[in-house]
Amino acid sequence: MGRLMALVPITVFVAVSAGLGLSLSNDPRKLPSMLIDKPTPAFRLASLDAPGGSLSNDDLKGTVALLNVFASWCPGCRMEHPTLVALAHKSQIPIYGVSWKDPSGARWLQANPSPYVRVGDDASGRLGIDLGVTGVPETFVIDRGGRIRYRYEGPINDSVWQERFAPVFAELRSEPQ
Amino acid sequence: MRRRRKAAARRIASVLGLLLALSATSRAVTPDEVLPDPKLEARARALSQNLRCLVCQNQSIDDSDAELAHDLRVLLRERLTAGDTDEQAIGFMVARYGNFVLLKPPLQGDTLLLWFGPALLLGGAAIAFGLYLRRKGADTGASAPPLAAEEQERIEAILSERRPA
Repeated sequence: MGRLMALVPITVFVAVSAGLGLSLSNDPRKLPSMLIDKPTPAFRLASLDAPGGSLSNDDLKGTVALLNVFASWCPGCRMEHPTLVALAHKSQIPIYGVSWKDPSGARWLQANPSPYVRVGDDASGRLGIDLGVTGVPETFVIDRGGRIRYRYEGPINDSVWQERFAPVFAELRSEPQ
Repeated sequence: MRRRRKAAARRIASVLGLLLALSATSRAVTPDEVLPDPKLEARARALSQNLRCLVCQNQSIDDSDAELAHDLRVLLRERLTAGDTDEQAIGFMVARYGNFVLLKPPLQGDTLLLWFGPALLLGGAAIAFGLYLRRKGADTGASAPPLAAEEQERIEAILSERRPA
C-alpha cells in the first residue's frame, strides 16, 4: 500500500506533463466556426472586379463553391494566391472572393491574375463579422443550397487542398441536387 | 535650497497625478465611438468588458486596440441603439464567434468541469488529507506496544528523581 502511494506523485506529474504537452500543439487561434451547416449570411456587396455589379449570397447557390476572404495587405493571402489561381483555372473550382477591409483591393486585382468568379468589396468588414472571420485568409466551402459546410483558417496550399478541401468537395458534389 | 526641493517635489507630484489621470481614462474606446446617450454608452461599456477580442485573445474588446475590436465595439453600440436588449446583443456576438467570445463562459454541460473542477480538486485533496491524518493517528495509537513492567519502573524512578523533594 505504502509503495503504491509513492507512485501517486509520479503518476500525477506524468499526467500533468502529458496534458501540458498536448496543449502545446493546440493552437488557441483556431476556433470552431459557428456557421457550419448554416445558410450563408445574407449579404450584397459592391463588386470589385465588375463595375456596377454586385456579389450576394444568392450568387453562391447552385454549385459547390469556395468563398475566399482575403486582403491584398495580408501576406498569407498572397501566399495562397497561386494555389487559388491553379484551382480556378486547372480544376475549374468556382471561387468567390470577399475583399476584407482593403482600400487597395481593386488595384491589386487588376495587377494580378484573378482566381475569382467575382469579388465583393467588404470595406467595412461587416460580412467578415457575420461570417465569424477573425483574420484573413479564411475560406468557406458553400454547398449547392448555399449553406456553409466547411471553414478553413489560413493560407491554402496544394497539400491543404488535397487533405482538407478535396474530400469535402467530392462529398458535396456527390450529394443529390 | 529647501524651497527648490519643495518645488521639485510638487512638480513630480503633478506629473504623477497627470499620469494617473491619463491611465484611468486611456482606453481603447475612441471618442468617435462613444454614444451620445450616457445610459446606452454605460451599457455598451459594461457589455464590451465581457466580450473577448478575437485577435488579442486575453483582452476584452473594451481594452483592445485591434481593428476587429473597434469594429465589434461599433457594431455592439449599433445593436443597442437599434433597441437590442443586453441578451440579444450578446447573442448576436455568440451566434458569430461562439461562446469563446464571452470572457465569462456560461454554465452548461460541457463547461461543468471548468466551473466545478477547482472545487472538486480542493474537495478531493481535503478528503485525501483527512484520510492521511486519520491513518497516521491510528498508526501511532496502535503501533506503540505497552510498556514492560521494568520499563514502567524505570520511568517512575526517573520521574520521582526529577520531582522537587
